[in-house]
Amino acid sequence: MMTLKLQTVLGPRASEEELKNHRLRYTWPALCFGGAAILLVVSIFFPYWSLTLYAPQYPDNLVVHAYVDRVGGDVAEIDGLNHYIGMRPLGEAAQLEKSVSLIGIPALALLVVVAIFVHSQWTVLLTLPALTLPIIFLLDLFYWLNNFGQNLDPRAALSNSIDPFTPTILGEGLIGQFRTVAIADVGLLMACGASVLILVGLFLQRQAYKPLVEQNQ
Amino acid sequence: MKRNMFFLVILSFLLVAGCSLATQEQAAPTKAPVQSDGGGGLSSDASAIAAERGLSPDDINAALKTYMPTGVHDDYMIFSSGGHSGQVLVIGVPSMRILKVIGVFTPEPWQGWGYGVGHEILDGGKVNGNDIHWADTHHPALSETAGEYDGEWLFINDKSMARIAVIDLRDFETKQIVKNPIAMNDHGGAFVTPNTEYIIEGGQYSAPLGGEYAPIEEYNDQYRGSVTLWKFNRDTGRIEMENSFAIELPPYWQDLCDAGKLASEGWIFCNSFNTERATGGIEKGNPPFEAGASQADTDYMHIIDLVKAEELFKAGKADVINDFSVISMQTAIDEGLLYLAPEPKSPHGVDVTPDGEFMVVSGKLDPHVTIYSIEKIKATIDAGKWETDDYGIPVLALDDVKEAQVELGLGPLHTQFDDQGYAYTSLFLDSMVARWALGGNFADKNPDEPWTLVGKTSVHYNIGHLMAAEGDTTSPDGKYLVAMNKWALDRFANVGPLLPQNFQLLDIDNEGDSMKLIYDMPLPLGEPHYAQMIKADKLSPWEIYPEVGWDSGKQEVSPNAVAPGEEKVVRDGKNVEVFMTAIRSHFTPEHVEIEQGDHVTWHITNIERAYDATHGFAIPGYDINLSLEANEHITFEFDATAPGVFSYYCTEFCSALHLEMKGYLLVKPAE
Repeated sequence: MMTLKLQTVLGPRASEEELKNHRLRYTWPALCFGGAAILLVVSIFFPYWSLTLYAPQYPDNLVVHAYVDRVGGDVAEIDGLNHYIGMRPLGEAAQLEKSVSLIGIPALALLVVVAIFVHSQWTVLLTLPALTLPIIFLLDLFYWLNNFGQNLDPRAALSNSIDPFTPTILGEGLIGQFRTVAIADVGLLMACGASVLILVGLFLQRQAYKPLVEQNQ
Repeated sequence: MKRNMFFLVILSFLLVAGCSLATQEQAAPTKAPVQSDGGGGLSSDASAIAAERGLSPDDINAALKTYMPTGVHDDYMIFSSGGHSGQVLVIGVPSMRILKVIGVFTPEPWQGWGYGVGHEILDGGKVNGNDIHWADTHHPALSETAGEYDGEWLFINDKSMARIAVIDLRDFETKQIVKNPIAMNDHGGAFVTPNTEYIIEGGQYSAPLGGEYAPIEEYNDQYRGSVTLWKFNRDTGRIEMENSFAIELPPYWQDLCDAGKLASEGWIFCNSFNTERATGGIEKGNPPFEAGASQADTDYMHIIDLVKAEELFKAGKADVINDFSVISMQTAIDEGLLYLAPEPKSPHGVDVTPDGEFMVVSGKLDPHVTIYSIEKIKATIDAGKWETDDYGIPVLALDDVKEAQVELGLGPLHTQFDDQGYAYTSLFLDSMVARWALGGNFADKNPDEPWTLVGKTSVHYNIGHLMAAEGDTTSPDGKYLVAMNKWALDRFANVGPLLPQNFQLLDIDNEGDSMKLIYDMPLPLGEPHYAQMIKADKLSPWEIYPEVGWDSGKQEVSPNAVAPGEEKVVRDGKNVEVFMTAIRSHFTPEHVEIEQGDHVTWHITNIERAYDATHGFAIPGYDINLSLEANEHITFEFDATAPGVFSYYCTEFCSALHLEMKGYLLVKPAE
């Protein structure tokens, strides 16, 4: 009974002979999922999102890098400037997300690795969190940018001259004398790459094991 | 013959002033201005501008060689004496723009130097317990490694009170001032030995050593000259008084010194200009100093064996005067570390060639430079061939140690060198810079005959020192030379009877008789004597202090650094401590309430981390004005003697809300 249920979840195995004859057909999905997992783990060391601020008195520009676990770059200077408009320090944003991400993202990667050995519909479920990570990140980023931009301290020095706003999530914007350019950075591009690999892996896995499923039926 | 010469010299000196009107007329451009027809390869716009402004092709070349587009940095940096200001000026070359004034011996408000900052360091320069509010800064010296500027430290002397200052080139701030315990004034400083082991400070006007009294009648027996060797510790960045020593010298009024290098490493050379031991007293019918000190045809170059002197000092053979180690003149004679050699009278420079083989001496009242050979000096000493002066000091014969003499013109003063085998000597009376060809190892570096004058260029006017790019190191760069002129006369718009001095930049890049004047820079302060020019890329100063809470006096984080959120005012009896932070655009706290009679210790940290985010902090009425660079911490103290309401505020326009960056110091009257 247990074995049967486990078999339903895990999906069919290819026979030794089948593996020998069509090694690549079964290896490709594993490579895709493995590659996606590696990309995801490596991505946590790179910024996911970067915002560059351009103004005449900053010839070297100001930049803030959002990593999954911290904010880096000229945070002190940007916080210093933000206090004029009553924006909270950037470090206060997304504290829960930042605290779980260093365990959470490798865990997502682990699920993708597990998916290599699961050849059923469950594969999709295992890879779904990793697949949607870039979208989840951007939605969360939007939430916090909006939250910070809309909740300015009304007692701040320049509160009269700047209305609450939502900073641009991707692309160009303008805040005071600063032109801002927000980009998806290396980490997020890696996560997107992982998503693409997962999609390809899912497709190839399905192609490889569908005949086996039909055979079994 | 000599008498006629002397008369001529004096006459020409007097004529300079009288000729100022005439030179004004001569100052009109001698070359035809360019035409506005686009000739000379200029665009028609540029030609039109040149024609309208009456610029000659030489003028245009000079402009093109010195103009710095915005944001482009100079190739070289000059560290110049600030003269009577007691400060140091930092100047870019070729633009000749002043980049910084460094507060050294005297209070400097911008940096808060003496207005809440640097008091302990300035106290090192006290004389007989008195604060001194001026200095006569003469000769800056960059630290050297293997005879090359290394861009790490800068030293400068104060002639008036025999003081030496140490400036850290990581932040361009003064870190130490030492007062010479035995000399009343100095001139032969600051010069460094090839690896900055010692900073040389030769005394000037002889007096009893250690500040003692003796009547002028006892001049020969009681008055003495000296040369002091300050031990510099690179690790701590400080002069070590206990490892420094001086050598007692005869009362000959020692002047400039230089350290030997390469062939002459381990020797130092100083010249002198009153070997007559004239004691003046014009009002008593005696010859005035200017005549009395100029009677003899020669004065004495002092040749000092530093290696031997150091051995003696370390062996404990020095006497102690005013708690300072001094090798007595008799010990110096007995141990064979002090020699003299005649030199043309009233010399100014004694300048060692880049290979260390030769010493160039200019007698202001002799039209020659005299070149001595270290090889010949050593050979003569080894042969024991000398006579002695009245004190028993060996005097080597000029002919035994002289390599060459080159006739340059009137009033030769100071010599530096380039990379093409040329030497450059300032001619005070001629108001010219002379270029002449060196012999020895340098003979093949240019096509000119060794030991000959090659060319002269007029400068304006009465040149004192000159300085070429790294021109007193073991590998001079050539390229640029600055004439440091005492008089400006007609060069700038009239600003009243007190005129600026004139630094003139010369292009010395091409060989032969081709030195071109390319820039005039007025210096609106008294007597910026000497400067050194270093390749800008040898300097690597900090952009901001390394860590928040930095005490720049000690170059470490202050134990009193204030972190945001920890600001407070703490009272302990009559002692009040204020812990404050500064960041755009507020101080925390903004109310400091104390009582008349409190002693206040105020700790303030600039918690900015951005380049150039400097805040000032002033308490008017209490003479406090600080400069707090990003990350910098300053602690200052004062007694709240006057009651009232005082606005402390930021004195650097830091931000759009700079005016709002202020607070109230409320001093409640005593009961």
